[in-house]
Amino acid sequence: MEQEQHHSEKYHERHERIWFMFLPPFVWALHLLACYLTAAIWCAKYSGSANSFTTVRIAIGIYTLLAIAVIGYSGWSGFRRHRHLAADLSHNDDTPLDRYRFLGMATFLLAALSTVATLFVATVALFFGNCD
Amino acid sequence: MKVIEMPAASDAVKAKLICAGILISGCSGSQSALSPAGAGAEQIASLFWWMAGGATIIWVIMIALSIYTLHLNPDAHHRQKSALFIIGGGAIAPTIILTILLIYGLNLLPALLARPPAGTLQIEVQGYQWWWRVRYPNQSGEPIELANEIRLPRGEPVEFILSSKDVVHSFWIPSLGGKVDMIPGRTTHLTLHPTKTGRFRGACAEYCGASHAYMNFTVDVVEKAEYDEWLAQQSADRLAPRNEAAERGEELFLQTGCGACHTIRGTEADGTIGPDLTHIGSRNSLGADMFVNNRENLQNWIAHVSALKPGVKMPEFRALSDDEYQSLSKYLEQLK
Ligand code: HEC
Ligand SMILES: [Cu+2]
Repeated sequence: MEQEQHHSEKYHERHERIWFMFLPPFVWALHLLACYLTAAIWCAKYSGSANSFTTVRIAIGIYTLLAIAVIGYSGWSGFRRHRHLAADLSHNDDTPLDRYRFLGMATFLLAALSTVATLFVATVALFFGNCD
Repeated sequence: MKVIEMPAASDAVKAKLICAGILISGCSGSQSALSPAGAGAEQIASLFWWMAGGATIIWVIMIALSIYTLHLNPDAHHRQKSALFIIGGGAIAPTIILTILLIYGLNLLPALLARPPAGTLQIEVQGYQWWWRVRYPNQSGEPIELANEIRLPRGEPVEFILSSKDVVHSFWIPSLGGKVDMIPGRTTHLTLHPTKTGRFRGACAEYCGASHAYMNFTVDVVEKAEYDEWLAQQSADRLAPRNEAAERGEELFLQTGCGACHTIRGTEADGTIGPDLTHIGSRNSLGADMFVNNRENLQNWIAHVSALKPGVKMPEFRALSDDEYQSLSKYLEQLK
């Protein structure tokens, strides 16, 4: 009982940082937008007659590293929250602790999805050598 | 159900299976990406078959699994094994398969989009509501302007220089390759490489207004010698009227104001609003592949064009007499 009391204080809803769960997909969307805008603006204004794409590729490489770093960090912290104070995987009880752990799991899974999606976006840059 | 004959044997079998399976017979013919006659279309068709094959396999596995779990083995399953199965089959396998397909597809693209080597035949095509202006290069300067029909030599690349004068159109010859948008104020490029002779159909593939569905063209892929001969013939001025009716027709053409919009090389008619009519009699079809090109349809076109082609940018000439329609269409018909 005392334990329960302690939990509901520590893991009270406002501590659950529900918005944190949306960080990975948000970074994925941002990464896509940044890649798209960079390529479009570069090719329209600066690429020159050779239509060179190297600068865009480097930029996309940097965006991708940054994006993966942020997504990786949130995924890892989500995973840690899910592991918090529990030996098994279940998180289905109606308690603050389980909600806290469930959100951790959801963050982790969204981060995994966002990682794949971000890498898929970046793959395009590997195959295109010029603005045509 | 009758399945339309396919030119290539191996594709024929596949296409017949698909056609028979889903009860349509639109998979083959002159406007099909699945009976390729160009290098790009061949790659696109094989991409399609890989995708379709992969999707079929996945579908079969999924259906088999649901039959297994619902009917063959409905009891509770081992918890941990099932979890592994769900993660493996539901997350890891799709990621791997999608990655492979993505890389395969992306790998095709640069070659399909690459600009061809210098010296490649370049044909300029402009999209209009609802027809196509076509310009062929000419050794002696001025390009040769034609319309609504494209002729290509077999076995060599051709680059289309595409643009639009009004709204967005899209230039697509499914049997030869991919499609590229024609965007007002911009120039886009499409390289095709026809590998088989024959007649194919091209279409506008971007909705562009009332008569979008009637904005098509025929493509004749012929041997190089035949192409050169044809182009030389098309570059000449119009054939002078050969009989009285045609002579009367040419007069009428100039008098009624057709020449304000249409060019007929060799006459005073030099309008550029509508398609060039110098060799209209030699075209396969009328009105951007809408009607068979014959005298009767020519006459109907001039008299009832707004009723035939909604929104068309050519006025109807209803005030002429039967005799005059006859002369006009006889004249146009003999402009081979
Ligand atoms: C105001 C401009 C205008 C005038 C005047 C005009 N036309 Fe046209 N005409 C067009 C346009 C635009 C098209 C293309 C319509 C389409 O297919 O959407 C066309 C198409 C045609 C075609 C079909 C061409 C093809 O490639 O299939 C014929 C034939 C034709 N006109 C004949 C005439 C004749 C004959 C007259 C005079 C009696 C005439 N036109 C007057 C604008 C004009
Ligand atoms: Cu259209």
